[in-house]
Amino acid sequence: MPDQLLFAMEVTLNGLMAGVMYALVALGFVLIYKASGIFNYAQGVLALFAALTLVGIQQGQVPFAHLINAMTGMHVSHFGWTVPSILAIILTAGVMVGLAIVIEKLVLKHLVNQAPIILFMATIGLAYFLEGFGDVMWGADIKKLDVGLPQGISETVESVTDSLFGYGFFIDNLDIVATVVAVLLVTALTLFSQYSKQGRALRAVADDHQAALSVGISLRFIWILVWSIAGFVALVAGIMWGSKSGVQFSLSLIALKALPVLMLGGFTSIPGAIVGGLIIGVGEKLFEFTIGPMIGGATENWFAYVLALIFLVFRPQGLFGEKIIERV
Amino acid sequence: MFYREAGDFKTSYREDSQTFPIKFDRLRYYAVLAVAFGVIPLFINDYWANAVFVPFLIYSIAAIGLNILVGFAGQVSLGTGGFMAVGAYAVYKLMTAFPEVSIFFHVLIAGGITAAVGVLFGLPSLRIKGFYLAVATLAAQFFLVWLFNKVPWFYNYSASGQINAPDRTIFGVFVTGAQTSATAKYMFCLVMLTIVAVIARNLTRGTVGRKWMAIRDMDIAAEIIGVNPLSTKITAFAVSSFFIGIAGALFFAVYLGAAEVGEAFGIQKSFLILFMVIIGGLGSIFGSFAGAAFLVLLPVLLKNVLVGTLGWPTDLAAHIELMIVGGLIVIFLIAEPHGLAQLWRVAKEKLRLWPFPH
Repeated sequence: MPDQLLFAMEVTLNGLMAGVMYALVALGFVLIYKASGIFNYAQGVLALFAALTLVGIQQGQVPFAHLINAMTGMHVSHFGWTVPSILAIILTAGVMVGLAIVIEKLVLKHLVNQAPIILFMATIGLAYFLEGFGDVMWGADIKKLDVGLPQGISETVESVTDSLFGYGFFIDNLDIVATVVAVLLVTALTLFSQYSKQGRALRAVADDHQAALSVGISLRFIWILVWSIAGFVALVAGIMWGSKSGVQFSLSLIALKALPVLMLGGFTSIPGAIVGGLIIGVGEKLFEFTIGPMIGGATENWFAYVLALIFLVFRPQGLFGEKIIERV
Repeated sequence: MFYREAGDFKTSYREDSQTFPIKFDRLRYYAVLAVAFGVIPLFINDYWANAVFVPFLIYSIAAIGLNILVGFAGQVSLGTGGFMAVGAYAVYKLMTAFPEVSIFFHVLIAGGITAAVGVLFGLPSLRIKGFYLAVATLAAQFFLVWLFNKVPWFYNYSASGQINAPDRTIFGVFVTGAQTSATAKYMFCLVMLTIVAVIARNLTRGTVGRKWMAIRDMDIAAEIIGVNPLSTKITAFAVSSFFIGIAGALFFAVYLGAAEVGEAFGIQKSFLILFMVIIGGLGSIFGSFAGAAFLVLLPVLLKNVLVGTLGWPTDLAAHIELMIVGGLIVIFLIAEPHGLAQLWRVAKEKLRLWPFPH
């Protein structure tokens, strides 16, 4: 096979893997949007906060060490123990559930029936707060997250493709793990929402708030539930992205990358988030590979948005979104 | 007692439809103008100009521009930073290409160029609505910043990739460059803000503004009663981008002096100005001023208290500042979703009855 084609195939594969990572973040958005109609800008910061907390618990950091030092003049930083990865992940999941309850009690409860734009702004405020809070709590330095996921280039893929095409593809081990995890996560979420009692209640709320209320479903419980699930998805995304590129502020910016994914797939569709993620991932990698060098490179910054914009002009509700029906 | 309609007789339609129908409001308006033009320039120094007044004036212009789009026409935009960058680079290209023309006109033309770009990115708003549109405007934000970074023509092939404002004068007084006095900066921005605010106020209470509000409240219903959605949305994008372009031009030429596009006009700027509009009050010109003042003053105040008084390290103070800004936004939205402008309206209602509320 010609080299160019092989290159393109490798780029496509890498794009697919990157798309899965975007889809992981987009998934959290879709869940919250479906259940409460809230466009949750804070999803990326939730992922950052989850990753920070995970590293903090794992390494036994003292929360608010920086603040305590500044206020009292002491010098505390670590408790001096380390927590095993599994336990740390479970504890962090607990923290995310706690966070969901606090968010519901302090913010969402008071904003019922407000316009969508107001709720959107509230989540941006929340994002700012959490960003500052996470930094004050665990410190703003770049941290290394290691929960025992395989790192580096996958040798199996390289040797298999080498024997097939005479050219070894470079695929990150971590990306393969992320793909498997994403598939598991989506399967679990689908099963949960199709077959469990709470899952059905969740879909009922997504369908019609008032009708759900009238048959005795507690909206507040559902909101806590859905924010907890979103927090858990954020934790998974945080682990994947954190292992890939370190836990740092830029992690919260992946939320922005998830937005075009959502637009393409439709805000209300879980399969849409996955397919949208794959299209964006492959599209931006291929575009950077083919057109990028001609116009100066770094097109990944904007290509996803422009693609989504052009796409939306032809299909305003996204690929799998519910058809928008407007009445006077 | 003084703030009331009673005794203020209108004898012509002109008087009846004036901007400030209550006499006290009119006097207050003239008093604010007199203080802004007559008193503050006498006392202003470099610290106050650079930390408070000039950013306040420039952000007010940008907030008015965004408020027209979001508050009056109901089209949510997250591309403000990108449009400000268009204004900045347009004024830079004009200043260096035509040094003999006054910078006053350069700033206006930069606004015009931004308006054209705004219309281009506003066209999809005919098909895309709500949050889909908000995300679509992010395309403008990221694409424009990338463009100004990657195409050397925009920054005149300078090695650093930065743009630097050359020295320019109005009536023989420096308004850009290193030799500019605090008073000149302040006065130039103030004049621009006054022009923008008067235009915006009169546009929003006339035919154009009513069309915007009709589209905002329900676009299909508006279309049925004969409001043309194409021209209405396009004018909203054009006028809004015009003002935002002026703000961007001033921000670069007068306030910063030198700018790197990703740093000065990144996505954070878009959010900052959107916050100003929301905290100030959607659909209110006064709200734009209030929101800009609030978000310009708050960081200065917090920094003075945390770093200056308590002596905490600056990075910790920066994080706590993020927390406080985020928390305040949430608290504001819960307590008063219509922003500072609504508090002001309520206060005025109370004042009308004061001191006999029953």
